[in-house]
Amino acid sequence: MRKLLYLIIGVAFGLALTKGEAVSWYRMQEMFHFQSFHMYGIFMTAIPVGAISIWLIKAFNVRTLDGEAVIIPEKKFHKGIVIGGLIFGFGWALTGACPGPLYALIGGGYTVTLVTFISALAGTWVFARFERHLPR
Amino acid sequence: MPSGTKDVIKINFIFLALKEGIVELLYKPWPWYVAGAIIGLTVPVLLLAGNKPLGISSTLRQICAACIPAGIPFLQYDWKKDNWNLFFVTGVLIGGFLGGLVFRNAEGVAISEKTFNMLANNIVVDNQLLPGELFSWQSLATTRGFLIIVVGGFLVGFGTRYAQGCTSGHGIMGLSSLQWPSLVATICFFVGGVFVSNWVLPYILAL
Repeated sequence: MRKLLYLIIGVAFGLALTKGEAVSWYRMQEMFHFQSFHMYGIFMTAIPVGAISIWLIKAFNVRTLDGEAVIIPEKKFHKGIVIGGLIFGFGWALTGACPGPLYALIGGGYTVTLVTFISALAGTWVFARFERHLPR
Repeated sequence: MPSGTKDVIKINFIFLALKEGIVELLYKPWPWYVAGAIIGLTVPVLLLAGNKPLGISSTLRQICAACIPAGIPFLQYDWKKDNWNLFFVTGVLIGGFLGGLVFRNAEGVAISEKTFNMLANNIVVDNQLLPGELFSWQSLATTRGFLIIVVGGFLVGFGTRYAQGCTSGHGIMGLSSLQWPSLVATICFFVGGVFVSNWVLPYILAL
């Protein structure tokens, strides 16, 4: 049942990405050229909404459905954040999509995005294969 | 007409108007504050549903670990143990189906005039979410399409895993929880994106 809940949350997320046009290649080029507020507006709404929610969860010690305390995993800094981050940025500008939109676009009937997705899998696989030799 | 019937008609009318209004809203693109608010709310909802941190690129690793582990240490882990995110992205796919096909906005993306003019130099700006001229099976066989679809996709998969997160994991989740490594990651995503979009993509589009 919990799995179904994750799926439903995913539907809302995917619908918001698509209807908000955050999956659009056009919107990404517009954003990277600073020609519209639209995408910045999405980020500048999503991040404070997330941050305030987390603050409220902590302030009122809100527990999960299972009664556990909410744990937020710590993101650790390493060189990959910069190098990998830049590499992802290059791909983001070309494909106009991050991993989330890839799923949404495939669902939206953009069949060739399946190729983008398989390429992304290949990229992840190649990283996995060589990660021990890459600077960390 | 008895007054009861009138009331029923009235209620029916209000109901219809509401329904039509909602349906119309579903077909229209959503303003940034609506989309942004729902995306932001995913963070607390996932946390409260089961202590799950929002993140999408990890599913690429999950799929690799499930399908082609090939004895690689990075892919040797029990991917089934934490497979919640595979259900989540299945939902994202369904959300994309609803937003992109069922409630498709036939007018296309209302990008700024500047962006339109800039892109119209090289491609046909159509009414889809992605330009059909670049993202089609025919285009895949061209140098331009190959670079954008295949090379671009590879960089997305490689980069996000190396950076241990993408726009959702670092940009939304990491920044919402005020973690500085995620800020560095998000800045790097943008620097990389601005660089390629401004100084590399124009040459690719001109191919």
